[in-house]
Amino acid sequence: MDEPDDIQISSETIGAAVVVRPVGDIDLSRSPVLRESIRSALSDGPGRLVVDLAGVDYMDSSGVATLVEAMQLTKRGGHDLVLCSLTDRVRSIFEIARLEQVFRIEQDVDAALA
Amino acid sequence: MNQPPAIDISLRSKPIYLAGTRELIVGIAKRLGFSDQLAAQIALASDEALANVINHGYGRREDGIIHVLLWPEAEPGVKGLRLVIEDEGVQIDPDKICGRDLDDVKPGGLGVHIMREVMDIVRYERRDQAGMRLTMIKRLPAPEQKEAHEARSA
Repeated sequence: MDEPDDIQISSETIGAAVVVRPVGDIDLSRSPVLRESIRSALSDGPGRLVVDLAGVDYMDSSGVATLVEAMQLTKRGGHDLVLCSLTDRVRSIFEIARLEQVFRIEQDVDAALA
Repeated sequence: MNQPPAIDISLRSKPIYLAGTRELIVGIAKRLGFSDQLAAQIALASDEALANVINHGYGRREDGIIHVLLWPEAEPGVKGLRLVIEDEGVQIDPDKICGRDLDDVKPGGLGVHIMREVMDIVRYERRDQAGMRLTMIKRLPAPEQKEAHEARSA
């Protein structure tokens, strides 16, 4: 049986930054897709990676782990990682995991690019 | 609790079934009186528990069986929700199930911490024949507590 992949991920280069925009729930079945997109975006060596989470209504710890991994990769490569546009539910898991101070989190893409 | 569960479903250990299961749980939690935010957190805790069964109990095998049982009371006479998740996977010492140190920022290891942060009771035990049983209980906050919680979240 074919299993639809209901997460859509686009990326856009804006100046020296790449903005990755996942749309859909990020759970154990979807986080590998996000991980692959982030790794692909980083392969171009952007100065900054922005992950725009406006289209993500739900994220579990596998999604958070993917972003922690992205943070480690960007640090190692001398890049910046900025998260933006978190929905309340997604912000909640960062608070529960006490990671809201670990990531740079901005209100929107403009602030993330500033 | 001797009452039979109000919900008794079984699913295979495939990540693709997590979304439907958490939607069921969030819907029931809301009908039991939990706020939208608490219902979402209960669903998150259940999602983390199921992901742990898939990852660790069955080692990412997709043909394992997982039973999800739900009672619409925290305890007899106490409003809330009681969720039991049973599997037939690897048995581990319940005392060795713990989340990672949150100060040690690294990918993974957050699931158990999230469950314990969200739920009032999280208890693992070995089942008699095979696998593990996880019991999670969330009591419905008193109305004033619920309002205060929502005000803090606003």
